[in-house]
Amino acid sequence: MKAIETITDKVSVLMRDDVDTDQIMPKQFLKRVERTGFGEFLFYDWAKEPGWDLPKRQILVSGKNFGCGSSREHAPWGLEDYGFRAIIAPSFADIFRNNCTKIGLLPVQLPEADVRAIAEAGEAQVDLSAQEVRWPGGTASFEIDPETKYRLLNGLDDVDLTLKQSPAIEAYESDRERSGPVTTAV
Amino acid sequence: MPQTLYDKIWDLHEVAENLIYIDLHLVHEVTSAQAFDGLRLAGRTVRRTDRTLATADHNVPTDGTAVAAMIRDELSRAQVETLERNAAEFGIPIYSLGSAHQGIVHVIGPEMGITQPGMTIVCGDSHTATHGAFGALAFGIGTNEVEHVLATQCLVQRKSKSMRIRYEGELGQGVTAKDLILATIGQIGVAGAVGHVVEFAGPAIEALTMEGRMTVCNMTIEAGGRAGMIAPDEATFAWLEERDVAIDPAWRELRTDDGATFDSEVVVDASAISPMVTWGTNPEMVVGVSDSVPQPQDDGDERALHYMGLEAGTPIEEIAIDRVFIGSCTNSRIGDLRAAAAMIGDRKVAPGVNAMVVPGSEQVRAIAEKEGLDQVFKQAGFDWRTAGCSMCLAMNPDVAAPGERVASTSNRNFEGRQGAGARSHLVSPQMAAAAAVAGHFVDIRNWSQEQS
Repeated sequence: MKAIETITDKVSVLMRDDVDTDQIMPKQFLKRVERTGFGEFLFYDWAKEPGWDLPKRQILVSGKNFGCGSSREHAPWGLEDYGFRAIIAPSFADIFRNNCTKIGLLPVQLPEADVRAIAEAGEAQVDLSAQEVRWPGGTASFEIDPETKYRLLNGLDDVDLTLKQSPAIEAYESDRERSGPVTTAV
Repeated sequence: MPQTLYDKIWDLHEVAENLIYIDLHLVHEVTSAQAFDGLRLAGRTVRRTDRTLATADHNVPTDGTAVAAMIRDELSRAQVETLERNAAEFGIPIYSLGSAHQGIVHVIGPEMGITQPGMTIVCGDSHTATHGAFGALAFGIGTNEVEHVLATQCLVQRKSKSMRIRYEGELGQGVTAKDLILATIGQIGVAGAVGHVVEFAGPAIEALTMEGRMTVCNMTIEAGGRAGMIAPDEATFAWLEERDVAIDPAWRELRTDDGATFDSEVVVDASAISPMVTWGTNPEMVVGVSDSVPQPQDDGDERALHYMGLEAGTPIEEIAIDRVFIGSCTNSRIGDLRAAAAMIGDRKVAPGVNAMVVPGSEQVRAIAEKEGLDQVFKQAGFDWRTAGCSMCLAMNPDVAAPGERVASTSNRNFEGRQGAGARSHLVSPQMAAAAAVAGHFVDIRNWSQEQS
């Protein structure tokens, strides 16, 4: 995972609420067993609609409850492969938000008025370290879980970090793990 | 201090701060290939193969194809074969095509008795909350997290907020678990439970069968909830005993203590719920069958009406359908099929309607065939299929055509979900069966009178 630094770019705007992951990455592309190359299928059906305009930039601005529905990580893979590094929206669906932070795509939750102002301004600077978004005419700070921030700033792999806790996992397994069910026995 | 059911399960599984232990990891073909690749690249193994189980469901044809090598679609075949190879390489038990236990991942866990109270269960699938019906903490994860659980049997997780949805009164005749959850989503919205683990409670929940409870918990994600759960009771223990699971006395303590508090409480009047039908492109766009398509309130509604090809003010019962899909992890269990078959009796599918029934697992199919339900469906003109996710997400040969209007027992009516341009209306199995016969939506509360 690439470390996130300050992201500065014009913004791409998709002002719709409840954008679901079926729209972001339709099911026919979930059959691929590769991890890369999903960008060309991003918003596959919507992209055919007249007037569709989603320039390849580093920052996407969208509506409430972005990323709802299916848990498919193919959706964040597509957004990342398309070129986005940060998504600014008034709210995100839980699984989608988690999936983004695992691959170095930064979900930035801001009040709706700020999101609209950024869309209007057309450009922004997302500063993870300062937890701040700056745009011509405004600034706003955003919340992020401190561990997630640390991981994103340093581009760290979750598995590596957890394996450092192996003694705690082993202790759990020997003292507290429930006795069943055992999948290899059914 | 009084605790919620969620608090109790969380405490039992906290390995370290923000790290929880996973008792059961379910794996399917669509969200696992890249995770196994990650393990190989890092030279890692699967920590607990005995707490991991794989099946093929999303991609599989439902035409009786008995081995992966015979799947015609090249990419689907490759994905199922990749899962089989990965399971063999890493030593994970698998029920793939051809197995008597193959089926939708959220149907086979409970069916085999490996979904039990107090467990933590994850799967790379948002409908994992289904297992919460047994008083388990169960939720969907992404592929990176699948890799993490395979490697460590743990998940990095912050505790969510808690919500209780309490139902007052009882469901009326003809009103099912599916209607209860659709009405709830209509009330709180598709983002109503974001950031929360939801406990469903109240007499209307306690009166549900285990299958009904699974339907309710299954759709928690459609309200944005992280997980949905129901405290285990005698119905839960009876289900498990039928599957030779020894009941742990400690499971009786797995319930929210009196005086425990939730971050959020919602009350729903169960007695006011009708058989529900969605009219739009997300599950909160839903009304009772005796209502009409509502007036649009914003751009999203306008867009949904346009996509669905509907006019505001049209009575729901006047909406004619082209296809019927009875299946999916929401409504494909034996109880769902029995209820649908009972609606049909000796009637026929309306001319011009293409109707299919897809059992949730090969076990469900075997039971249904033993009971003769397949004959009821086939004689009525339904297509009787083998197990899989089928037209719920249409990443297999079961796809609706552009513009086709589907009465579907599945969980998502998103644009293109059941096929590009396809129009989905979510309903209960009984409502779907009645719509298949009538050729349009009907209020099943009047159905028995119509028959006599």
